[in-house]
Amino acid sequence: MTISKEQIIQTAKLARVKLNDNEMDDITQRLSSILELVDQMQAVDTSAVEPMANSLDAVQTLRVDLVDEPADKIARRNELLEGAPACEDGLFLVPRVID
Amino acid sequence: MTKPNTDLHNLTIAELHRGLQQKQFSSHELTEHFLQRITQLDTELNCFISVDAERALLLADEADQRLANGDTADLLGIPIAQKDIFCTRGMRTSCGSKMLDNFVPPYDATVIARMQQAGAVMLGKTNMDEFAMGSSNETSYYGPVKNPWDTNTVPGGSSGGSAAAVAARLAPAATGTDTGGSIRQPAALCGITGLKPTYGRVSRYGMIAFASSLDQGGPMTRSAADAAVLLNTMVGHDPLDSTSAHAVCPDFTKQLPKSIKGLRIGLPKEYFDQRLNTAMADKVHEALQHLTALGAELVDIELPNSALSVPAYYVIAPAEASSNLSRFDGVRYGYRCENPTDLEDMYTRTRSEGFGDEVKRRILVGAYALSAGYYDAYYRKAQQIRRLIKEDFVKAFEKVDVIAGPTSPSPAFALGAKQSDPVEMYLEDIYTIAVNLAGLPGMSIPAGFINKMPVGLQLVGNYFDESTLLNTAHQYQQVTDWHQRSPID
Amino acid sequence: MQWETVIGLEVHVQLATQSKIFSGSSTAFGAAPNTQANAVDMAMPGTLPVANEQAFHSAILFGLAINADITRTSVFERKNYFYPDLPKGYQTTQLEKPIVGAGTIELIDGDNNIRNVRIHHAHLEEDAGKSLHEDFHGMTGIDLNRAGTPLIEIVTEPDMRSAAEAVACFKKIHAIVTYLGISDGDMSQGSLRCDANVSIRPVGSDTLGTRTETKNLNSFKFIEKAINVEVARQIDLLEDGKAITQETRLYDSEKNETRSMRSKEEANDYRYFPCPDLLPVVIAEETITALQNSMPELPDQKMLRFQNDYGLSAYDAGLLVEDRAVAEFFEAVTQQCQDPKLAANWVMGDLLAYLNKADLSMSQSPVDASALGHLIARIIDQTISGKIAKQVFEVMCGSGGTADEIIEAQGLKQLSDSGAIEALIDQVIANSAPQVEQYRAAEPDKRKKLVGYFVGQVMKMSQGQANPGEVNRILAQKLNAQN
Repeated sequence: MTISKEQIIQTAKLARVKLNDNEMDDITQRLSSILELVDQMQAVDTSAVEPMANSLDAVQTLRVDLVDEPADKIARRNELLEGAPACEDGLFLVPRVID
Repeated sequence: MTKPNTDLHNLTIAELHRGLQQKQFSSHELTEHFLQRITQLDTELNCFISVDAERALLLADEADQRLANGDTADLLGIPIAQKDIFCTRGMRTSCGSKMLDNFVPPYDATVIARMQQAGAVMLGKTNMDEFAMGSSNETSYYGPVKNPWDTNTVPGGSSGGSAAAVAARLAPAATGTDTGGSIRQPAALCGITGLKPTYGRVSRYGMIAFASSLDQGGPMTRSAADAAVLLNTMVGHDPLDSTSAHAVCPDFTKQLPKSIKGLRIGLPKEYFDQRLNTAMADKVHEALQHLTALGAELVDIELPNSALSVPAYYVIAPAEASSNLSRFDGVRYGYRCENPTDLEDMYTRTRSEGFGDEVKRRILVGAYALSAGYYDAYYRKAQQIRRLIKEDFVKAFEKVDVIAGPTSPSPAFALGAKQSDPVEMYLEDIYTIAVNLAGLPGMSIPAGFINKMPVGLQLVGNYFDESTLLNTAHQYQQVTDWHQRSPID
Repeated sequence: MQWETVIGLEVHVQLATQSKIFSGSSTAFGAAPNTQANAVDMAMPGTLPVANEQAFHSAILFGLAINADITRTSVFERKNYFYPDLPKGYQTTQLEKPIVGAGTIELIDGDNNIRNVRIHHAHLEEDAGKSLHEDFHGMTGIDLNRAGTPLIEIVTEPDMRSAAEAVACFKKIHAIVTYLGISDGDMSQGSLRCDANVSIRPVGSDTLGTRTETKNLNSFKFIEKAINVEVARQIDLLEDGKAITQETRLYDSEKNETRSMRSKEEANDYRYFPCPDLLPVVIAEETITALQNSMPELPDQKMLRFQNDYGLSAYDAGLLVEDRAVAEFFEAVTQQCQDPKLAANWVMGDLLAYLNKADLSMSQSPVDASALGHLIARIIDQTISGKIAKQVFEVMCGSGGTADEIIEAQGLKQLSDSGAIEALIDQVIANSAPQVEQYRAAEPDKRKKLVGYFVGQVMKMSQGQANPGEVNRILAQKLNAQN
């Protein structure tokens, strides 16, 4: 399976990465060769095989519904927000969201 | 009371432990010794992204205090280099990316917390491929790591900084993470011992995710005996990681001295076919002769679907990564582009400027594989193949205790040699990837040299049977000295 | 042309767990921004989700309540999209193997007619944070306190045929989740929200028309209005020969119209896949049995019981059970006064009217069930009349106090002494010669009407305290006897 430039542009948009025009040919070629590699899978009949998301086929241990919070939640908040690119009044700031 | 020891960096963890306990040297002295070596040698090797000498010495002093109080914990006072993928409270954790160049976590990864509890001294954070995506350490934002055996070659990746640091004796031991071979392949290329435990053995909490269903942290050391000591501290169920296993954790040092007489070692015919170059095949067979001399039996086995592991991996890992890396959006931490014009501009420029090319490439492949209309052909198919690969191993382990083969197709290659063709780079992991897909424990141990460059023997164990791997490796290291060779005097 | 409306709902219910679905942060409402969001909720690098057992139990209870299949091995999936209040860049939700499979919600009307709405499935997912659009130098503020609050999303089949039916279904879901105690049902805090999928088709057609999805309706009133205006809009379009666009719309309650949300329409491809951080959840049979055994009485069962045990009409019983708190209040009042019909009238009448006016919930009622029961008991034992009781009730609501205290303090005790009443009546008759004459001249069948005047006068003189039954009896005697 090959990938077209249009598909790459669409996928890049979904993933929020921008590609320069001069990167385009290079990436099309690289992605195509990766997809060629990946296409080797199609030769195998897997119709009767259950997909495996976890190698151990393990199941999940659930957590008991208990609140676990520090006494000083403002201090915790301030610590978590310390590396925020932009924040004010305890809020993260982003360019205006228009709905 | 202390006597100068110029050779501290060549001691094993057991020897360091003994020296500390017997007050031959202090953790402070030991830490200073390694910090000095880093200052001397790391400018060229580039193993470390961050070294905080002050913090390391403070930890060493705390360890010395505990030692003075009679604490005998195995790792107490021992300097360890941590891969910069593990979050460290108050210390920059970059994951080799510009995206996290300014990220200082307010929490510790579980692995870090456990090491700290055990009294290990964190020397610094090691270089790595960006977000662990790479097999040569060339995708790091902080520049490539040089292989200490030949600084024109790569150390392997993604845990290349850890591997090179241990090989060059800049740290007695280090941690790594392995998603498709990222502990074992650099261990092989740098001539050290690296163990990827069974999936779920080691908590992933605070270990920045690449591909969640494949990622696993593990020790990178000079010997199997050292690896066992580190592993003891790293393993165990973690309530913060619901995928971490509830399996019983033995003392991994216990089985080391056991004889391997009667051990059945499986040789997958797919790993020894015509694609394996003769020099590498010779080294593997040489290593196997040592093992048979110790009483092991060789058994021919088949892993018929192993050729599909690379294609399946290069769907599953990028797919999970594309989603795992969505959180790097410039909103809450890390890099944000300058003067975004609007929200979309902020997202797109932050991610385009913050991620390197290989990361972007994998994000695109992953997003594409998951997108509507392709999911069944790619992601679902890869997960089905994954089951076939696992079943091959399960069948094989009915007949054998350990599977052996090469770790990598060749020794370290020149810097830049494989950068133009991603697929050629991906094939570096052809022998290691299946182990991650199946979730099995795998190990690489030094098995000699080709043209003065180290190569590794890979050992793969059954689920949760790291003990047998360590035992096999340790017995092998009793009769070989490859693991004691040093690239630097 | 005659059009038929076809409606399906997607109802989001916030679960009343203590902690979030994937972290130990509290779900309590109203904390300072980002103080109830930990490193996991903020999607800090390397952090991992650990799922909350109670969220599963809540979802299973709902499933059992609607006779749904409970999925024994249920899986979380990631829905990938970028939005500033979605910290991970994906929402953890369920798609292929939701915890609750197909079930049924029964809508029972005031005549005990049953109409079934099929539930396609219900799944667990996490809520997003909140974007605050107040002006922060032209930027938007992000508060992640709500991020990770557990939700069940209940998806119905397109089985409703009118806005009223959609509201009835939503109300039934509200009743079920509050009866089960799995949600606080507080609509003003967004605990229940609903998206309405609306389409129309010519009556008699059995193919579905193009539908629109109207998002985020958070009150009974808005659901009804939004659906009605959306249906009207669609009819206008089709009758003008235009086509309906499949799209997401937003209801503007101020303008009472729906409008297109183009921002959400950009070709979104959510790239769902099983979440590798959360292994499949296997539900043990014992868990299901234990939850089944812990199941409280549900609204439909209660409605039937109210009809059977208390002799209430289906209509009254239906109204009472709509709100668990109201139903329980009613039962407590009945316990106290032993007259279910009076209790029902008082609860649905005076009490709810008062609470509505004062904008109070049942739990905030200034008069508790026991106090109201006592008041009604005083009507039954003829201490006061129903009319006086209303007066007493108002005092109880206003300045408090028990019925007995107020009756005593204000001397409202009913006059039942026939001698005293007779004296009052004699006085009225004496003062009302023309009316007496008119009464006596009237045909017997018209007298009934005229007697009201005398009753009124007697009640006035007694300040409402005369026992109306006695008054009527003696009046009839006197007026007719002297005939």
